Amino acid sequence: MIEIELDGKKVAIAEGSTVMHAAEKSSTYIPHFCYHKKLSVAANCRMCLVDIEKMPKPMPACATSVTQGMVVRTKTDKAVKAQQSVMEFLLINHPLDCPICDQGGECQLQDLAVGYGGSSSRYEEEKRVVKVKDVGPLISMQEMTRCIHCTRCVRFGQEIAGVMELGMSNRGEHSEIETFVGQTVDSELSGNMIDICPVGALTSKPFRYSARTWELSRRKSVSPHDSTGANLIVQVKNNRVMRVVPFENEVVNECWIADRDRFSYEALNSPDRLTTPMIKQGGKWNEVDWKTALEYVAHGLRNIKSEHGANSIGALVSPHSTLEELYLAGSLVRALGSENIDYRLRNAQFDSARPGARWLGLPIAALSNLQSVLVVGSNLRKDHPLFAQRIRQAARHGCVVSAVTSGHADWALPVAHANILAATGWVQALADIAAAVAQEKSVPTPQPGQVTASALAMAQALISGERSAVLLGNAAAHHAQALNLLELSNWIGAQTGATVGYLTEAANTVGAQLVGALPGVGGMHAGQMLSGGLKAAMLLNTEPEFDAAGGAAALQTLAKCDMVVSLSPFKTNLECADVLLPIAPFTETSGTFVNAEGRRQSFHAVVKPLAETRPAWKVFRALADILGLPGFSFDASTDVLVQAMDGVTESASGMVITARLSNASVGVQAAAVAWVEPCVASIYQLDGLVRRASSLQLTVDARMAVTSEVVA
Amino acid sequence: MNAASLLAQFQATGVQTCFHNRHINPQILAGLNGSNWHLKDYEARGGYQALRQVLGQTGAPVMTQDQVIAVVKESSLRGRGGAGFPTGLKWSFMPRQFPGDKYLVCNSDEGEPGTCKDRDIMEFNPHIVIEGMIIAAYAMGIAVGYNYIHGEIFHTYQRFEEALEEARAAGLLGNNILGSGFNFQLHAAHGFGAYICGEETGLLESLEGKKGQPRFKPPFPASFGLYGKPTTINNTETFAAVPWIIRNGGPAFVACGKPNNGGTKIYSVSGDVELPGNYEVPMGTPFAQLLELAGGVRKGHQLKAVIPGGSSSPVLPAGVIMDCTMDYDSIAKAGSMLGSGAVIVMDDSRCMVKSLQRLSYFYMHESCGQCTPCREGTGWLSRVVDRIETGQGRASDMELLNSVAENIQGRTICALGDAAAMPVRAMLKHFMPEFEYHVVHKTCMVPAYV
Repeated sequence: MIEIELDGKKVAIAEGSTVMHAAEKSSTYIPHFCYHKKLSVAANCRMCLVDIEKMPKPMPACATSVTQGMVVRTKTDKAVKAQQSVMEFLLINHPLDCPICDQGGECQLQDLAVGYGGSSSRYEEEKRVVKVKDVGPLISMQEMTRCIHCTRCVRFGQEIAGVMELGMSNRGEHSEIETFVGQTVDSELSGNMIDICPVGALTSKPFRYSARTWELSRRKSVSPHDSTGANLIVQVKNNRVMRVVPFENEVVNECWIADRDRFSYEALNSPDRLTTPMIKQGGKWNEVDWKTALEYVAHGLRNIKSEHGANSIGALVSPHSTLEELYLAGSLVRALGSENIDYRLRNAQFDSARPGARWLGLPIAALSNLQSVLVVGSNLRKDHPLFAQRIRQAARHGCVVSAVTSGHADWALPVAHANILAATGWVQALADIAAAVAQEKSVPTPQPGQVTASALAMAQALISGERSAVLLGNAAAHHAQALNLLELSNWIGAQTGATVGYLTEAANTVGAQLVGALPGVGGMHAGQMLSGGLKAAMLLNTEPEFDAAGGAAALQTLAKCDMVVSLSPFKTNLECADVLLPIAPFTETSGTFVNAEGRRQSFHAVVKPLAETRPAWKVFRALADILGLPGFSFDASTDVLVQAMDGVTESASGMVITARLSNASVGVQAAAVAWVEPCVASIYQLDGLVRRASSLQLTVDARMAVTSEVVA
Repeated sequence: MNAASLLAQFQATGVQTCFHNRHINPQILAGLNGSNWHLKDYEARGGYQALRQVLGQTGAPVMTQDQVIAVVKESSLRGRGGAGFPTGLKWSFMPRQFPGDKYLVCNSDEGEPGTCKDRDIMEFNPHIVIEGMIIAAYAMGIAVGYNYIHGEIFHTYQRFEEALEEARAAGLLGNNILGSGFNFQLHAAHGFGAYICGEETGLLESLEGKKGQPRFKPPFPASFGLYGKPTTINNTETFAAVPWIIRNGGPAFVACGKPNNGGTKIYSVSGDVELPGNYEVPMGTPFAQLLELAGGVRKGHQLKAVIPGGSSSPVLPAGVIMDCTMDYDSIAKAGSMLGSGAVIVMDDSRCMVKSLQRLSYFYMHESCGQCTPCREGTGWLSRVVDRIETGQGRASDMELLNSVAENIQGRTICALGDAAAMPVRAMLKHFMPEFEYHVVHKTCMVPAYV
């Protein structure tokens, strides 16, 4: 530890830190633009110049390492004059746009000009202007004249996103930030550049000109899309979600969110929203009130139960639903006498009686410190943007990344060993790696395999790393031989010391398993329910046409049911449903998600439900009431949560105790199934919200998915 | 008068930049005629004897790394690129026993306006640079070197490549040089036209294939240089001085010049003189003598001002410079810098405001754009000087220029900011009446230049 004196206070800080780190530690603010705690140091804005004793020139705090006994002063004449002069220089070419600039009110340049700048400018010459750029549907680069060339966006692309999409062309005062001649910014993390841009040069295109930052209330929430559980701040004006930005949580999403988390809010106000319950009678859809709709459903369920037995009733639930919704869906189905509930809509093979919930196997933050990782059956970068970002940082520090997957997707990180092959070959590929491990460890191999060069390289990488992991992606989880893949992974993990885990597809994949959204003994799994095993089907927050294996065919099979109830925020499933019940999306209900690492994160509603929409947990409560089922009288969703999590213990920090989480495969059984290509969703087809987010659907990733095959 | 006709006019005078007999005790430019640059010619005039001496092949015992560096330190050789940093000291910063990659780089970017000495050295005596670099590499335990030559002199770069080939063929470069067991590879690389690539870290970035944007220091190249490895960078002329020092010893080099300013220096004299060209003279030569060698001020004109070390050095009025000797310490005492030794002579027909206009434009054009004071400030300075020159100046402009220049100095990532600011302040300090005249009368104080 080194001790320095900063503005008269003594600060102890680790060796190798900079003066800026010391200032952060002692809560002293040093004005800056180009410095960002997650990006490399550029030291080009020169705003953080401070007065350091014995140095003739003012030194940039972000780039100066601390030395024992260093005396730093940030408020002396020397430092203040430097700050004021730099601010004057920044403002000479900066346009007087504040009244029309989206960044007004949350602009670092405004704030620092007021706090650290002079009172007027002496510049009376011409100002330079920069041409408008169009870089895609998400980021607006229509006022690049405002850019102060801090290069945060450039470094973000190089270091965090893994692709340098923005660069600074030309030199001197002709420098401008742009993409490479006419290209778009396509990274799945690109929206973060809007956050880090200190001025109004990079702004949000969907949000443009829609509200001033001081008009918005800020409410915390959790992303309902992938299994990261990224913490969000949802900003609301007049009961309408206007914008979503990250909430900093160092151990989950750091200070980033994916574009999917950021821009999916547009779907919340989509014209596709279901505003009132509807019933199909005589081929026509009629709007009805809740009482009518629920009584219709209850009536239907009673009739079908008496006519075909309780076992003909089932629920297909989306793993993007909240814990409370999933728990009550299961309770309802079971109270009716059935065990038919499943969240595994895209799976091909179904195991019975798991020892625990399948999960990531390690804390999310541990991904950044891995020394070796084998990713199986995943489009890591697009399916799990924030996990991929952490692994990208690990790779920058030497993590050896191996991949067994189909498709040639570029992960924007160095993949040391890749075995790209069709999904039919993944089991053999893993068996080959196991054989290589067996050879290295001089143990018998679990399954016949060939020690190919690539298998040997991957095996050695896993054996040598102290912190290593085998991570199974969505395609591996939905694979026709998923259990075999897991068994081989577990064997490899046991022999090499690598942690085995599932990246898990959705925000609540882990949560769904914990609260019983899986068929019990004698119950039908999703595959059976989707191939005609039901007479009455409840669809919770899912659109089988896009969310289920079999797609349109599954939809048609469901249409043959006597009654299909679709609980969704959207007018969907019209071909197969008989009743549409409008339920709240995540912003309009309180709820809980358990993310891939087993962290339970609860959130409140941030806006009131739209029109006749109700939180789904209340719908189940009301339905149970009409059906006369006991045990559903909950006052608040928190009461549901307590009951749902009964028996699931947590640590003090809200992490589910790993006793309930397990990726073990010993003793687990699964029937063999005919080969079928693993069903996965591409990045912007994952769930109903994302599919209706208009700006996201205009991105390159979204448009490519529509025109080509879905690849893993 | 366009550039082509100017050049034709100059060539018609028959002036040769360095093949004249007006050098004084030259070490680097001695005996050159344009065609005797080949290896055999160089060896005929004693070339590569210094290297052989270092490697213990001339009868004397082999020199250790420490001994070589000690000799260079003793010689008081100072960097000839502009900063004048003691070369022996710079070499001693390199971790000699460090087993990993290290690099030696020669800065032949020669971008400082007025400087044209390195071009002549590489075109007419390339082997002296090669020999100097091999000796330097030996002293610092370096196995790979690069000579970064600016792209505007592409034929000189090609000439240097030819010289490299000659050296390789003769076993002077590559593995096991002259059977000594020492390995050193030297490559040439050329730039693409940016002054900022003459800044040492800007050069490293360009050499790595990136935009030539300087890095902030610390860390210094000796610890984090080319590709992040320890690197020593020296100017062409600095390396060229090394063989003579090895052969004749440190004290002899000092004796050639004056204490703390040893050896000879090549001055690129340009501007209003009768015989512009490169002149190699001992350090400490009086300016008046150098001016005489260059044919004196143009006939019919009086000396007005001199920029002694390239456009980045502050201008000195005639009265001041005539009392100076040409060496680092004397010029520094007079308030300027010896810099690269590019002497730009201006006579009484030159308007100082117009001269400053051209200089300020240069810095605005060449700024890399990374850091705020330089990127915005050089443009501001240039525009204000433009206004003064074109008759739109205001009374407050001079104070504004001084203030802006002061705000740039010392607050930038590299020295280009300082280089842009110092000429402005110097011109205003010594020639304020001309600026005031421009503001009041909206025209030059001096008659139109010829």
